[in-house]
Amino acid sequence: MARVFMKGCEAIAEAAVRAGCRFFAGYPITPQNEIPEYFSRRMPEVGGVFVQGESEVASVNMVYGAASAGTRSMTSSSSPGIALKSEGISYCASARIPMVYANISRGGPGVGSIQPAQMDYFQATRASGNGGFQMMVLAPSTVQEAVDLTYAAFDYADRDRNPVLLLADGVIGTMMEPVVLPEMKSDAEIAAIKASKQPWACTGHKLDCAHRAWIQPGQWSTAVQQEKNEEAAALYLSWEKDVQAEEYLVEDAEVVIAAYGISARIGKSAVNQLRAQGVRAGLIRPITVHPFPYAAFDHIDYSRCKAVLDVEMSIPAQFVDDVAAAVKDRCPIRTCLCSGGNIMSREAVLAAVKSIMEG
Amino acid sequence: MEKIYTRTKTIQEDKVSGFCPGCMHSTVIKLIGEALEEMNLVEKAACVLGIGCCGLHMDYIAYDNTTAPHGRACAVATGMKRSNPDTLVFTYQGDGDFASIGLGESISAANRGENITVIFINNGIYGMTGGQMAPTTLIGMKASTAPKGRIAGEHGYPMHMCEILNQLTAPAYLVRTSCNTPANVNKTKAAIKKAFQNQLDGKGFSMVEIVTSCPTNWGLDPLASLDFIEQKMLPEFPLGVIRDR
Amino acid sequence: METNLCVAGFGGQGVMTLGKFLADATCNSTDKKVTFFPSYGAEQRGGTANCFVVISDDDIGAPLGDVMDDLIVMNGPSMNKFLHTLKPGGTLFINSSIVSGQIGRTDVKLVKAPVTELALEMGSAKVLNVIMLGVYVGYTEVIAPDVVWETIEHKLASKPKLLPLNKQAFEKGLELGRAQRG
Repeated sequence: MARVFMKGCEAIAEAAVRAGCRFFAGYPITPQNEIPEYFSRRMPEVGGVFVQGESEVASVNMVYGAASAGTRSMTSSSSPGIALKSEGISYCASARIPMVYANISRGGPGVGSIQPAQMDYFQATRASGNGGFQMMVLAPSTVQEAVDLTYAAFDYADRDRNPVLLLADGVIGTMMEPVVLPEMKSDAEIAAIKASKQPWACTGHKLDCAHRAWIQPGQWSTAVQQEKNEEAAALYLSWEKDVQAEEYLVEDAEVVIAAYGISARIGKSAVNQLRAQGVRAGLIRPITVHPFPYAAFDHIDYSRCKAVLDVEMSIPAQFVDDVAAAVKDRCPIRTCLCSGGNIMSREAVLAAVKSIMEG
Repeated sequence: MEKIYTRTKTIQEDKVSGFCPGCMHSTVIKLIGEALEEMNLVEKAACVLGIGCCGLHMDYIAYDNTTAPHGRACAVATGMKRSNPDTLVFTYQGDGDFASIGLGESISAANRGENITVIFINNGIYGMTGGQMAPTTLIGMKASTAPKGRIAGEHGYPMHMCEILNQLTAPAYLVRTSCNTPANVNKTKAAIKKAFQNQLDGKGFSMVEIVTSCPTNWGLDPLASLDFIEQKMLPEFPLGVIRDR
Repeated sequence: METNLCVAGFGGQGVMTLGKFLADATCNSTDKKVTFFPSYGAEQRGGTANCFVVISDDDIGAPLGDVMDDLIVMNGPSMNKFLHTLKPGGTLFINSSIVSGQIGRTDVKLVKAPVTELALEMGSAKVLNVIMLGVYVGYTEVIAPDVVWETIEHKLASKPKLLPLNKQAFEKGLELGRAQRG
């Protein structure tokens, strides 16, 4: 397959179209504007629908409506806009409506900065809305991976009838890289996917209460609510099989860098540079940050590992909480942080590793 | 004997309405069901419910429905209708939902001329949460968050949604009706049918604003509530067709 | 082998296009890893515009490095802003029509091209970026000139009238770049 040179945001949108996404609603916010712009051009070509909503809140609820009617649907935004979408995401999770959304994250808190950052880790993995629901959260570190994970996200969403979050950042969104695009699903395949949702989709049914579609983002009965939450909890536990992580030169490592997304690229290039200098460094990069690949950290040889270095573009550190839960006090954890705006510096990572090596 | 009236099949027989005595939600929901049946639209219907008492009938209607977050029904309906143009999509929203928290979604959907139908229940008060002030609460009318009554200088004036939406170019049909008399009930049903027909004809946004009562939170018995509608509500919210294109 | 390039100038000088042509050509014609990263600010116009291109045989870490191997500056403010990022022994490409005076560093190689004047002589101020792209490719040979030209040709497919002028600009740049090789 030929490589094409694409901007992250546009590649994400094209991957969604190829996965059968036929409804997108979004609202402008930097640095993700190329996603709605791309969909506005592309959707008419494939018989899909693009709507520029009047707000993030409206956009996510348009997606809730379209997805409730069985259409593969998506929205996107960046950090403060994602916070606004939390209402609709929580409704989708509660009503078990499959949808995909992307956070091309930027600095925070508040309006933060429009430059890339990784300040939304807790929001993404712990509380993307009220009510304690969970989602699979996929964290690409290249444009190619953003494409592949977006494509897969629609399958995960439909399989689980649950929202899926693509957690990227302003670098992945705005940079261009070569990508090999996935296969375009045919109209027949897309129609079959939609037809498979017909039993529950809110599109009109026979006048017969047993068969009506009843999308319920909440329950009158506390007993039923508990039952639903237990079902959801079982689903969340089942994601252990979906864990994905990259482990790079971990076995003999004296220092293991733990990083996700854009920071992991810098971490990996630091590892290569350190290895060239004879320093045994390694990298663990969660690709799914939820479910988190805790087991990957069991592959570290703690008899020789001096420390795990958490590298993330967030101050205070957030991702480090999951790293600590995985390391379980088997070695010290150090951090190398920046709050975004500027991309994580490889020199800073190298310096942090050297300081660990020097004890 | 000829049967001239029967219960709509769109309301399940074994379910009990959660509405208070004298509440007009029951009346309007019956009218919607009759309209759907008479127009042979039940199997194409998808109702987007607002939050509050508006949602109390989700359990006993027999056609497809979903519940939108508070105020977002017009956005949810937009996504539903655009991705499934063959479905008859209508929202069922109260005054807090449509005219307060959902004002942005309501006006924007109307401005885009979304091909949906809005059934807007205006009883001047928040019902389910316990009688708080609504954007449509009358001047001087007491509410649990306006114990001295609505004061213009502090709370502003009642919002007239038909007239506000009439400032926009796109909407096809804006009408205000009531259910306080048998004649008005019939007019309301006719308006709902016309609004549904507009959607079938692809005319775009239609809204039926229905002035109703809330005996419980108004602190009036059902009959006195009818008088209150006639004497207080209708002078503020005059009935009639505001827009018909 | 990894090359980090920064291209900087005024908005409107086509610095993004220059970087994109180079990166796109690398994607189309080689198996190398390549990234293009535009700097972005809140302003729609004005100020300096700059982008970063990384071309590498191995996986690329940051799409904008801390230290540049090559730096192209199209105006004075960009020189002031980015000169310190150029590594010792790196190459500085300057638009000598606008950037004048002492550069203040003796530990870098200097390649000069009066691209603003040359573009005006050719009849369109807009092709200064294509001339500079030619200079860069001619000097560094980071990728083959013909694949760069094929990419330009492809990108301008909808405006065939512009091709002869761009061809002339690119060739002129190549000539200037090659002439300054050591």
